[in-house]
Amino acid sequence: MEGFDQHEGLVIPFDRSNVDTDQIIPKQFLKSIKRTGFGNYLFDAWRFLDEGDLSKTPNDRQINHEFVLNDPRYQDASILVARKNFGCGSSREHAVWALMEYGIKCVIAPSFADIFYNNCFKNGLLPIVLKEENVDRVFEIITKKKAVRMDVNLEKQTISLDGGTKYSFEIDENRKVPLLRGLDEIGMTLDHVETIRAFEEKHKRSMPWIFRNEEK
Amino acid sequence: MTGKTLYDKVWDAHVVGSRDDGTTIVYIDTHLLHEVTSPQAFEGLRLAGRSPWRRHANLATPDHNVPTTGRHMGIAGITDTIAKEQVIALDDNCKEFEILQFDIHDKRQGIVHVIGPEQGLTMPGTTIVCGDSHTSTHGAFAAIAHGIGTSEVEHVLATQCLIQQKSKNMRINIAGSLSAGVFAKDVVLAIINQIGTAGATGYTIEYAGEVVKQLSMEGRMTLCNMSIEAGARAGLIAVDDKTIDYLRGRPFVPKADQWSAAEEYWRTLVTDVDAEFEKEITIDGTSLEPQVSWGANPEFVCGISGRVPSPSEFEDSSKAETAQRSLDYMGLIPGQKMVDIPIDRVFIGSCTNSRIEDLRAAAEIVKGQHVSEDLQAAMVVPGSGLIKEEAESEGLDYLFKEAGFEWRDPGCSMCLAMNADRLLPGERSASTSNRNFEGRQGHQGRTHLVSPATAAASALAGYLRDPRDYM
Repeated sequence: MEGFDQHEGLVIPFDRSNVDTDQIIPKQFLKSIKRTGFGNYLFDAWRFLDEGDLSKTPNDRQINHEFVLNDPRYQDASILVARKNFGCGSSREHAVWALMEYGIKCVIAPSFADIFYNNCFKNGLLPIVLKEENVDRVFEIITKKKAVRMDVNLEKQTISLDGGTKYSFEIDENRKVPLLRGLDEIGMTLDHVETIRAFEEKHKRSMPWIFRNEEK
Repeated sequence: MTGKTLYDKVWDAHVVGSRDDGTTIVYIDTHLLHEVTSPQAFEGLRLAGRSPWRRHANLATPDHNVPTTGRHMGIAGITDTIAKEQVIALDDNCKEFEILQFDIHDKRQGIVHVIGPEQGLTMPGTTIVCGDSHTSTHGAFAAIAHGIGTSEVEHVLATQCLIQQKSKNMRINIAGSLSAGVFAKDVVLAIINQIGTAGATGYTIEYAGEVVKQLSMEGRMTLCNMSIEAGARAGLIAVDDKTIDYLRGRPFVPKADQWSAAEEYWRTLVTDVDAEFEKEITIDGTSLEPQVSWGANPEFVCGISGRVPSPSEFEDSSKAETAQRSLDYMGLIPGQKMVDIPIDRVFIGSCTNSRIEDLRAAAEIVKGQHVSEDLQAAMVVPGSGLIKEEAESEGLDYLFKEAGFEWRDPGCSMCLAMNADRLLPGERSASTSNRNFEGRQGHQGRTHLVSPATAAASALAGYLRDPRDYM
């Protein structure tokens, strides 16, 4: 996994709450057995007027010009600011893959759904929980005529907008460090092979019925 | 010292240790897999040269993508070539990594959250995960069960563990008793309406109270199933006689020599009387009427006798805005009576409501009647091949078919419309599934979430209907 340290980029004001993962990447795209190829279909039902499928490229599509991602000001944006409960619904990690492949590096919201939040850290996407009143203030700034840039610093736990507005954010240390370093989660857990084996032996003695298949 | 909650007990029994960063390593007893969220995890294993830690901990089945007709043709019957590739990939991966699969030909195949309990693989006091958010279903058996992303699917395959942070404890008491025509589905819709789609984020919910005691295991599964729609990754229910009776004799439960030890342990899986919950709420079950969703997220729900609300009724401005967006999407106007809303399709199925009891409740209503001429289609999709068989042995298929329903083969079907079963743009459904998000059941489709009885009554009328009028 690629780590996340600091990032500077254009901000998209995504003024919706309860954005669910069915919207982030609709089901017809989940048929792929790959981790890539989802970026073109990010927010498909909102971004395009026609119904998408895996055979269509952006050039074949009818653009929904009213949707914020299609606003010329926000092309090449990489930071998405949204309202509360972002990423609710289905556990599909494809939602994170789609956001990242589109070019999003960081999502800022007052709250996230649990599984989505967790999935972000497995892929190097930074989800920032920012106090609701600060999100309100960020929206005021970024919805002005001109697109705004933001600097996100994970090490210092700060976001800074063009013009000087700056906020700090909270993040668990045990989420932050692996993300900063881009650590391999599985490798980290496998450093504890002996502990896991020892637990498993003990567990097998107290609840042997869970392991009954192994006896066959 | 205060006592432990049910969640605390199961959690404590699975803590392996801590990593250097202070996170907890939690042991996973059972891992369920399906075709949509597993291929990238298997690919990750291959690339890293890893193999499953304990292959017997896993059970796989294709459910999301499989067609619900023409199943005698097996994989050849899947006309969508990309979907077919995914089902074949699951076959290949299970063969390569020696993982037990109930494949498309197997009569035990079905929705992954239906077959776990049905096989007795879902056992009290275990940890169960699956790359699907409705894994919370299994919590009905006092298991910690929750959805995970594909990276975690790979993590569990490789290490039999997950890195976790413990959730907070929340208890929802459902007091009183449900009147006839009101079901677990109505209870959970009312709960989500009350606490909101993020009302339980960061918590594990324990459902308790008189109504929960009275519910069958099927009803309890429906309740736990939709915990995720309230933001909780997991929901669970204490062990009682019903839990034990349901499990006895199922294929994967402990054999005679271990059964009594297991049962003795399982019966300890209840919350201590002096345990404390960070959040606790009580809902009155007695006053509940059948519920129906009117918006495009599962907290926008009202009683069947109610009317579509006006967005201005919501104090929270963002909620008012979401409500307005919902009404625009759903094509509804404030003040409209729920029973005046005409529907185009009826779907009875999904991991929420496709078990035998659900099919019986719906069949009871449609028996000897016929669905409205105005419907495009009404379908019943049993949760597994075994449920289908059981329903047929009871003659339910006959009742449904006589009433004009299509009797399909098991799978997720129109709950998420990955296969051919879907709403056309602008069409409206009464659906026993769990999500009414925009486009969930088909591009520009409109979903009303209801119980199987309400779905059946609505099919007869061609409008959303109170099932009590048909009982």
